Amino acid sequence: MNQRAQVLLWGAQRISAMVLALCVVVHLLTMIYAVRSGLSAAEILGRTQGSIAWFAFYTLFVFAVAVHAPIGLRTILSETFNWRGRGLDVLTGAIGLSLAMWGMRAVFGVFGAGAA
Amino acid sequence: MKNDFRSRNHPAYWAFIVHRGSGVLLALFLPLHFWALGQALHGAAALDGFLRWTEQPLVKFAETGLVLLLAAHMAGGLRLLALEFLEWREWQKTLLAAAAGVSLVAGLAFLLNLV
Amino acid sequence: MENLKVRIWRGTEQGDFQDFEVPRQESQTVLDVVTYVQRKCDSTLSYRFACRVGVCGSCAMTVNGVSRWTCRTHVSKVAADNKLEIAPLRNLPVIKDLVTDMREFFDKWARARGRFTGSTTRKDEFARVSPESKERKRVEAGIECIGCGVCYSACDVVSWNKDYLGPAALNRAWTLINDVRDTARAERLAAVAGDAGCHACHTHLACTERCPKGLSPTAGIAGLKRAVLAATLSGEI
Repeated sequence: MNQRAQVLLWGAQRISAMVLALCVVVHLLTMIYAVRSGLSAAEILGRTQGSIAWFAFYTLFVFAVAVHAPIGLRTILSETFNWRGRGLDVLTGAIGLSLAMWGMRAVFGVFGAGAA
Repeated sequence: MKNDFRSRNHPAYWAFIVHRGSGVLLALFLPLHFWALGQALHGAAALDGFLRWTEQPLVKFAETGLVLLLAAHMAGGLRLLALEFLEWREWQKTLLAAAAGVSLVAGLAFLLNLV
Repeated sequence: MENLKVRIWRGTEQGDFQDFEVPRQESQTVLDVVTYVQRKCDSTLSYRFACRVGVCGSCAMTVNGVSRWTCRTHVSKVAADNKLEIAPLRNLPVIKDLVTDMREFFDKWARARGRFTGSTTRKDEFARVSPESKERKRVEAGIECIGCGVCYSACDVVSWNKDYLGPAALNRAWTLINDVRDTARAERLAAVAGDAGCHACHTHLACTERCPKGLSPTAGIAGLKRAVLAATLSGEI
């Protein structure tokens, strides 16, 4: 990976971190609110089903984490196993792509489960 | 020769350990989390089946741990963003204390609500 | 006073600690202890020092696990139980006993373009730089580095990433980036960018914690991270 790409990866991790900080605050508050009277599918889906706002929020959340986590893992793998080069970069990209797809599956799950 | 714990024994290094540890654990947990919510694709009953499993005390305990990890990673991350993007000299230790405080409060709030 | 129990590294990368007993004295420094061992116990012990007063930066070693200047470290400060373990600096090849090969440390200063590049000659007027300007204040914060290698030895990122330029070289680059007379800004930003440069720093603050001059290379490295990102986005590098 060229130097320019390395700098942009660093930047992407920081930008995504800023987005995630906001998302996580909302996520923590929602969780603390939601578990007050026990979690149920009705309670979760009642909030999220058909809600464009929650759909947009969780989509942003998933994409931010799909950018943020793989970049961190790339650094950790590189430092821990002294691993550099193309294989590491391909793996990083694959982790990001999988997280995004797997995460969006969950978002569609809670957005439209009732219709199914 | 490399450094050992005697050299690493200072607050910012502990903060690094917490940040790296929580980051790795959260990354490992994410696929599981997405799988669980994806159960809703099979209808509300499937999701409820999973949520009943989470009622066990041990699972609840682990959940509180995850909330704490998330809060710690976020608070520690905000600290790092401040150190990297704001010009600073002397207030980094205050920032560290604030980060620890925020994550502890979030964890406790979740725990109190849960039980 | 009780004798000091001193363990000193003998050998190269392979080797072992050797035990010595050294009389405890008032206001004794760790360098005094090493010198006593070399003069009275074993004249084959190798170590480096020159000024003995914290100016030259050549006597840095690892004392009870922590990188320090031995000349400015009082025994009373580090050997509460009368025990001292003295080893060479970390992260550098050991030549013999307490002497490290510092070539890679200084080569990295060169790689980070740690050399001033100007556009004027001795026939030109002096440049006027206000001590109050933002750039001059940033230079002020980092300029007192004497290249002792303590930060390089304390840094874990150096251990994990052999190509990493390290705190001292990056601190030097940051002072030059803020030198308004310097003309190699773009080349220097490119030299310190990416995985082997400033962006590898994890803000452990080990260098800031251990710098005997009380500098914060971490703050300078953070400045480089921002400057390089901005230059990359704007197409300057």
